[in-house]
Order: sequence, then C-alpha cells, then structure tokens
Amino acid sequence: MNPRVVSAVVRRVLTQLRRDRRTLAMLLLLPCLLITLIWWMYLDAGPVFDRVGPALLAINPFIIMFLVTSVTTLRERSSGTLERLLAMPMGKLDFLLGYAGAFALVAVVQSVLAVALSVVLLDLDVLGPVWLLSLVAVVDAVLGTALGLLVSAFARTEFQAVQFMPALVIPQILLCGLLVPRDDLPGVLGAISDALPLSYAVDAMTHLTVSTATTEVWGDLAIVVGFVLAGLALGAATLRRRTA
Amino acid sequence: MKSIVEVRGLTVVRGPHRVLTGLDLTIGAGVTGLLGPSGCGKSTLLRCFVGVQRIAGGSVSVLGEPAGAPALRSRVGYVTQAASVYDDLTVGENLRFFARVLGVSDVGAEVDRVIDAVDLVGSRRAIVSQLSGGQRSRVSLAVALLGTPALLVLDEPTVGLDPVLRRDLWALFHRLADADTAVLVSSHVMDEAERCDRLLLMREGTILADDTPAAIKARTGSHDIETAFLSLVEGPAA
Repeated sequence: MNPRVVSAVVRRVLTQLRRDRRTLAMLLLLPCLLITLIWWMYLDAGPVFDRVGPALLAINPFIIMFLVTSVTTLRERSSGTLERLLAMPMGKLDFLLGYAGAFALVAVVQSVLAVALSVVLLDLDVLGPVWLLSLVAVVDAVLGTALGLLVSAFARTEFQAVQFMPALVIPQILLCGLLVPRDDLPGVLGAISDALPLSYAVDAMTHLTVSTATTEVWGDLAIVVGFVLAGLALGAATLRRRTA
Repeated sequence: MKSIVEVRGLTVVRGPHRVLTGLDLTIGAGVTGLLGPSGCGKSTLLRCFVGVQRIAGGSVSVLGEPAGAPALRSRVGYVTQAASVYDDLTVGENLRFFARVLGVSDVGAEVDRVIDAVDLVGSRRAIVSQLSGGQRSRVSLAVALLGTPALLVLDEPTVGLDPVLRRDLWALFHRLADADTAVLVSSHVMDEAERCDRLLLMREGTILADDTPAAIKARTGSHDIETAFLSLVEGPAA
C-alpha cells in the first residue's frame, strides 16, 4: 500500500463529488429526509420510531454508498481510466482504499447530520454514546462501498450495476430485523440473516439505543469490519492488470 | 540499433480468433509508426507492449524487462484510442492527479510542462467534458508525457485532428524522440507514414514490412506508402 497514491485517489474522488453538486446534496440530505419521513409516519403510532430509527441510521448510508460506488467504479472501468491507472505505479488496494477513504469521509458528514437530526430534533432515545452511533454509520457506509466495488466487477453496464441493488441489498434490508425481529424469523431465514453483514450493522445500532453497555456493539462492529475487509480483498482480486 | 522493445513468438488469442500468431519484431529509438487498416491487430500489439494484454504465448520485453513489470509502470506512457481521463475534472486536476499517482517530484512544474507540450495552456481550467474530441485526446496524451517516460505508446493519437494540430503533434513526437523517449505511434492513415523514422506495416496480424519509409518505397518501387502497402499485399502491380 502506498499512502501517496491512496491520498491522491481520495482527493480526486472528493473533487469529482464537489463538482457534482446534485449528487453531493443527495448524499448528504436524502438520509435526513428519509429518517424524517419515517419519524413523521409513526408520529401517532406509539414508540415505533425508537425501534426503526436506529435501523435506518444503519441502512441508509449502506444503500446510498453501495449505489454510488458501484456506478462510479463501473464508470472508471468502462472509461479506460482504470486500465490506465493499473498500467501506472498504482496498487490494486491503493485504488480500492482511495475510494473507500473518500466515501468514508462523505459518510462522516452524512452520519453526523443524520444522527444529530435523529437525536436532537426527532427525539430518538439513545442510551449509549452518541458518537458511537456515528462511527457505526460510517462503517456501514464503508461496507456499502466495499460491496459496491465488488459488484461493479460483475456488471458490464451501469444498468446492470443498479440491478444488483434489489439482488444484494433489499434481501439484507428485509432480513436485518427492521420488519421482523431477527429472533422471530423462521429458522432458515434466521440463519441467512446471521450470515448477512447488514444484520450486524443494525444490531449494533439497536444495542446502542437500548443499552449503555458497548461490548456487544464493538463485537457487532468487528463483524461488519470483517465483511468490509473481505469485500475489499475480493474487490482487489477482480481488478486485473491484464485483460483479454 | 538500441532495442527498446523485443517481441519473440508473440501469440494473442481473443475468443475464437488468433489476433497475433508467432510475431517477432524489434523496435528501437526514434519515432516508429505502426500502420495498418482498422482491425489488423495494432491496438492489441500496443497493449502487449504496455503489458495490459493477456497473451497466449511468446514474450515481450521492454527496456530489458518483461512488459508490464512493476519497474516499467512509471517508464512507459500509454495513450489508448479513447481519451482515458476524467470527464468531470478540469485539465489541470486530471494532470495533477495522475502526476501524484506517478510520484513525480514537482507536480506543479511537471503539469505546467506537459500542458505546454500539448498546447492546452488556455484550457487548463476547463472541465474535460466541455472540450472538443481533439482537445480531450491531447489531455490524454499529456497524461502519458508526465514523468518523461522512456517509451511512449500512442494508439491512433492523431485521429480526427485538424492538419495544423496533426503537424504540431508529429513535431512534438520528434522532439520527444530527440530527447531520448522512444515513440511508437499507430495509425490507419497511410499518409502519416512519411513522418516516421521507421515503419511497421501490419495486416491481419502479421508484419508486412519493417524498415524506413524510404527503404520500403525503394524495395517495392512505389512513390508512396499506400502503393507500397498494396504491392506488399498483392505483389507488384502489373
């Protein structure tokens, strides 16, 4: 790994995002708007927001970063810039870490906004440390980035890349405990849920809101980080310097 | 002749097709033109030199190392037919990024130098997507000039350019060659042949001729390379 190259990629990706004001606005504001919408829906329906709010804080950054990353990297593959970079002194991991780093920085801002909104304005009850809520959100965003990088290798067009969202992301949302608590899922689905990274991301958020103890949160977070590293390693394996 | 690229028994298979079969050739310093019709395997051969093409057999060595070796990655500049630059960045931002990846010592000065070399000083702050096709391909060329590579591999760099610009670029290629950068340029336009120090004429994956333009014309008794090409393919005209 070469820090100079990684930081060059981070700066370049951030410059591209800064240019694209509309995308940047959507990255930062959409999660806030969606959380507000859910809060509003359940306003007169009892304490539901305290249950689904934490899950949303985990799910939103994951979905958004997954989509953004899979499309951007696919564009990099099809425009020839990836081939050019790999013919230069650029490590495969440098490239992936650059992307993950840039989107992690965006995720920091995104999660600080979403967490502040949820806790301060929407009265989400959080017993654990609030900063940890943001950290979990950032790791979830990086998880989305890692999976997005990976699937971009299996898509030939942006159209296909977007289709991976219903294939890989929606099942995780359905099984993560948002709709049915994970313990109440039928046995097979419970086992599948145990194998999916988003389940642990949502568990971490939920623990944080209901308890001051953070041991379980760190455990869940470690599992998510494991998935991130595996995703990046597999993603690196899909980058080929020589192609047919 | 100091050899820059050595190719021995190179075979490339793409799908059911053999694009190149047992090719042998040596490329030296100066400006070498790789000329042939579209689809004859020029781009594939250039990709082999850069080390981005999967090959089925044979060997390609560049500057004494196997093509694509890590030590070559900052010494070989490569320009594909499509301008491989970021459309949503400015010319300057693109070049600064690639200069940082290459690790050149003075990024600012190096970027100024290459922008000047491709005559894009006035477009430095322009976003690449707003440039014309010719300007974009010059941005791509400027990226390849960063860090003064020992070998420059250019895939059809002059396509669609206006004649004045084309002449200027060929002058640039010769200045680079004089300053010890070997330049390898592919083209399907036969009239560009005269501007090369040495020519490789290619057709259907084989090299028809490998010599100076004057020698190729003399050998075939032709006045121009287009006729020479035809007589190499079909035998001397009746």
